[in-house]
Amino acid sequence: MVVPSLPIGDYVELGVYWFDDNFGFLLDLFSSFVSTLITGFRDMLMFLPPLAFIVLVSMFVYIVSRRDHKLTIGTAAGFLLIEIMGLWGLSIETLALVLSSAFMALLIGIPLGIIAAKNRSLFNVIKPALDFMQTMPSFVYLIPAVIFFGLGNVPGLVATVVFAMPPTIRLTTLGIRQVPIELIEVADAFGSTPIQKLFKVELPVALPTIMAGVNQCIMLSLSMVVIAAMIGARGLGYQVLVGIQRVDIGQGFEAGLAIVIIAIVLDRLTQSLTPRK
Amino acid sequence: MVKSGLTKQEIFEKTRQTVGLYNLNFDVYAGETFVLMGLSGSGKSTLLRCLNRLISPTSGSILIDGDDIAGMDTEELREVRRNKMTMVFQGFALLPHRTVIDNVAFGLEIQGIPKNERYEKAEEAIYKVGLKGHEQSNTSQLSGGMQQRVGLARALATDPDVLLMDEAFSALDPLIRSEMQDELIALQSKLKKTIVFVSHDLDEALKLGDRIAIMKDGYIAQIGTPEEILTSPADDYVSEFVAGVDRTKILTAENVMKRAEPFISINSGLTVAMQLMKKHGISSIFVVDSNKILQGILPIEHAVNASKEKKKLEEAFIIDFQKVELHTPVKDIIPVIAESRYPLAVIDDIGKLKGVIVRGSVLGALAITKEEES
Repeated sequence: MVVPSLPIGDYVELGVYWFDDNFGFLLDLFSSFVSTLITGFRDMLMFLPPLAFIVLVSMFVYIVSRRDHKLTIGTAAGFLLIEIMGLWGLSIETLALVLSSAFMALLIGIPLGIIAAKNRSLFNVIKPALDFMQTMPSFVYLIPAVIFFGLGNVPGLVATVVFAMPPTIRLTTLGIRQVPIELIEVADAFGSTPIQKLFKVELPVALPTIMAGVNQCIMLSLSMVVIAAMIGARGLGYQVLVGIQRVDIGQGFEAGLAIVIIAIVLDRLTQSLTPRK
Repeated sequence: MVKSGLTKQEIFEKTRQTVGLYNLNFDVYAGETFVLMGLSGSGKSTLLRCLNRLISPTSGSILIDGDDIAGMDTEELREVRRNKMTMVFQGFALLPHRTVIDNVAFGLEIQGIPKNERYEKAEEAIYKVGLKGHEQSNTSQLSGGMQQRVGLARALATDPDVLLMDEAFSALDPLIRSEMQDELIALQSKLKKTIVFVSHDLDEALKLGDRIAIMKDGYIAQIGTPEEILTSPADDYVSEFVAGVDRTKILTAENVMKRAEPFISINSGLTVAMQLMKKHGISSIFVVDSNKILQGILPIEHAVNASKEKKKLEEAFIIDFQKVELHTPVKDIIPVIAESRYPLAVIDDIGKLKGVIVRGSVLGALAITKEEES
C-alpha cells in the first residue's frame, strides 16, 4: 500500500513566498514602524550615561515597588555589575528589543484576550492558534521572519512577539472569565454600560491575572530575544552566540549573567506592579 | 408550552429543559417589605432577577410605575436600574479593588455623578448603615456583617424606590443575621422603600415581611401576611412548610383574643354590672368610658362589697391591672397571663378596649393551628 505523501512544507513555503511577493509594501511599512519603535526605546534608554541611568532606574524601582529596599539595591548592584563587565551597550540593545516586543505583544494580546473572553466562538478559533504558537519550536518562527523582514532586529521582534503573545491572551481571557458572576450582576444591576462594566469591574478584578500574563510575556520576550540573535538581532544574545561559536566560556558566561540580571529585575518589577489582594 | 397546558414534568421530558417560573401573578405595594420565600430550586432568586431583568422572562410583564420592565430596551432598562431599583447580593459582591466608600459610590459613579457629590451621598448611606469611620477601609478587612452593610449602603446610595435583596443575610452567622434583620426593620421604618426580599429562612420571612409569597417549583403557593400564612395555609405544602415555626413569636394578642363582651360603661350602676357578670357567668368585667377607652376592671367581690357600702361603680373598680396591646406577641403574653388574677384586656394604641384574653384562649389558639397542621 502506498501512503500518499502530502508536501505540507512545500505549501507553507509557497504561501510564505506568495505573501512576501504580493504584500511586500505592507511588510516594508510594518518593518519601518517596528524599527522606529525599537530605535525609540533604545535612544531613550541610551540618553543618559550608565551611572545616571542606574540611579534613575533604582529610584523608579523604589517608588514602583512601594519601597522594596532589597529589590532597589539588587537592581542597582546588578546594573552596576553589567556596566563593570563592559556589557552596558549590548544590554541596553537587548532591553530595548524586549521592551518593544513586550509592548507590541501586550498591545495586541490584551485587547484580543478581552474580546476572546466575551466571545466564545472567537475563543474557540484562537485557542488552537495559541496552542500552535506556543508549542511550535521557537526557532521555526525565525525562518518566515527572515523571509519577510530580512536579517536584523525587526524579524527578531516579530518572532518574539509571536512567541510571547499567547500567555498574555490566555491569561487576560482567563482573568476576565474568572470574574465572579455576582460582580458581573452588580455591574448590570446598577445600570452599567458594557464599557463601564469592562473598565470598572472586569478589568480591575481581573488585573492580578492579567499582570501575571504581562510578566510571562516579558519573560518570554527576553528568552526569545536571545534566540533571535541567530537572525541578526543585536544585543546580549549575539554575544552568547559568538561565545558558542568560539567556545569562549568567559564571554558566554558574562553575557548570560547580564541576561539573568535583566530577567530578574524585570520579573520582580512586574510582580511588584501586581496589586495585592 | 406552558400556555398550551403542559405540565412542568411533561415539558422536561420533551425538551430536557426545565421551566424556571410560570404562571406568576403578584403585586408588590409601595413601601412594603415583600418576601419571596421558598426552598432552593423553587425559583425565588430567578424571580427576583426577572424583576430587574438580570434574567429576562420569556413572556409576561413586570410593571413599575406603569412601565413594563419586560418590554424595555437596553437604554430604558439601564435608566430603571440606575435610578429606581438596586440590588443587595447574597455573597455581598463587593468590588475587591475598591475601598468601602468607592464601593458604596459605585452606582452613583455609573450614573456619571461628579466625585464630590457622589462621595457626599455615599457618606450619607454609610452613616445610615452604621459604618461611619470605615470609609477608607479595604472591604476584605471587614467582617461578613460589615461587608453586607457596605452592600446595603451601595444599594441605598442611589436612593432607589425598590430594593431587591437576594438572600442578603443568608451568608451571615445567626447572631449577626438577626442583628442585621433588626437593623433592616429599623431602617425600613424610616426609609419606607419597597423591598423585595428573597429568603429560604421562614423565621426571617415572618420577621421581615409585611407580606410573604411562598414559592414552590416555580409558582407561588400562597401570598399573604405572616398571620395568614400561619393560620390559614393554602395547601399542604405551605402548612408543611410552616410546621416548624414557633407560633408564639408570630401570633399576637389580636390573633388569640376573644371579643370583649360584656363590658360596662363607667356611668352605669353596680347592680347592672353584677347582673351582667351573673348572666355571663364571669367573675370580673371591664369598665370603659363613652369612647370605649378602657378605664379599669371590676371584679365581682369588689362589686358586692361596694354595693354593701353604698358606693358608686367608679369608686369600686381597679385601675392598676394587666393589659396588652394588639400587636404584643403571644410569647410575651404567656408570662403576663400566668401571673394575672384577671383576664387580660387587649387595647389598641389609643387605649380602646379591643378584646380579652383568658388562659384558655391562648392555649386554644395554639392548639388549633397545631391541629390544622396535622
